[in-house]
Amino acid sequence: MAYGETPSQTVGPYFAYGLTAGQYGYDFSDIVNPTVAGPDADGQHIRITGTVFDGEGNRVNDAMIEIWQADSNGVYSENPVDVADSGFRGLGRCGTGTDADNRFWFETIKPGVVEDAKAPFVNVIVFMRGMLVHAFTRFYFDDEAALNAKDDVLQSVPADRRDTLIAKRVETSTGIEYRIDIHMQGNAETVFFDV
Amino acid sequence: MSVFKPRDWGSHAPLIAPGYKSTLLRGPSRAPLAIKSGLTEGTGPRFAPASVRELDFDLTKNGITNGAPLGERIVVHGRVLDTDGRPQPDIVVEVWQANAAGRYVHKVDQHDAPLDPNFRGSGRCMTDANGNYMFYTIKPGAYPWGNHFNAWRPNHIHLSVFGPGFATRLVTQMYFPGDPLLDLDPIFLETKDAAARERLIAKFSIEKTEEGFALGYQFDIVLRGRNGTPMEN
Repeated sequence: MAYGETPSQTVGPYFAYGLTAGQYGYDFSDIVNPTVAGPDADGQHIRITGTVFDGEGNRVNDAMIEIWQADSNGVYSENPVDVADSGFRGLGRCGTGTDADNRFWFETIKPGVVEDAKAPFVNVIVFMRGMLVHAFTRFYFDDEAALNAKDDVLQSVPADRRDTLIAKRVETSTGIEYRIDIHMQGNAETVFFDV
Repeated sequence: MSVFKPRDWGSHAPLIAPGYKSTLLRGPSRAPLAIKSGLTEGTGPRFAPASVRELDFDLTKNGITNGAPLGERIVVHGRVLDTDGRPQPDIVVEVWQANAAGRYVHKVDQHDAPLDPNFRGSGRCMTDANGNYMFYTIKPGAYPWGNHFNAWRPNHIHLSVFGPGFATRLVTQMYFPGDPLLDLDPIFLETKDAAARERLIAKFSIEKTEEGFALGYQFDIVLRGRNGTPMEN
């Protein structure tokens, strides 16, 4: 290799006025926010929510979650991400410091199945103070059991840990919500991937 | 074959790094599970030039309310490239930092140092066709933190890039040459490889220094290279 990689460093506790300004009420524009798909996007509109827990089971109130997903046809967008776009954007970012229960949330659509996978999923990156290197994971959907059973990546995860990657469908008064928590450590530790 | 070369874990800190206490309960305790990356990891978000507004690259001007910010003006130049030396064009570089007194605008920061009404400390810029980026700012101050007795963070600027794919995502910190706090800072030192640590320190550059205006620094950001695509030039 001609050049060595630049080391990762922690996002720290004070990212909000730089990376998630709109969500936290700082006077700075956003290039990405918790809306992955606007109201005009094709597909089934859903919300994904969850809480991040540390090794003692405490809610993490200064994490930042990013998701990247395919559209309803299973295609990753090649259009620039634009927070003014009322259609599909593909990328979302949410901090856990503004919800009363320190949840993250994303307004999105259920992705289609991408060409080299067998089940729909959302790609996830977890950042926080106390992580020197961010962690990659995925969210799958619990109402896709038949497809999940065929997905190579999901099936490569030990069976007793697979549930940590599967979001649970809940019908709420404001639409369909998939809930999934991220556990950094412990018995329910989320499976993270080296991608 | 995966789209990108494997992450060089030797260039990064361990997930649980005892010197940096917060990692003890927040770093994953199990090694990440290797998966073959494909379409998913090879794709990633792109941003339009319009997502970087006129003053976003000038932190000495984008937070002004009634005058110029206090502190030492600097200009940071750098390249975003991959481990094969390929420049990465059209990459948004997001930056945020403390002010000259070592205080962040963030509401959670309770350090007893003054806010500067003319400095917010966040901005962004985009790499050009040759992977070059630059931004103006104020040299950030050091500040104390609670990791251990008399713990102080060295002067640093946070930088965030996606790169060409979701798998190349990187959030890092740029430090300044000659800072005596570097030898005492666990966040810096937990990257065990000394050569890798050096890549976190910007180089002072008299060529980039602007006469009568701002000291110049150079900070390159190197992301994982692609598999099977040899260097083109």
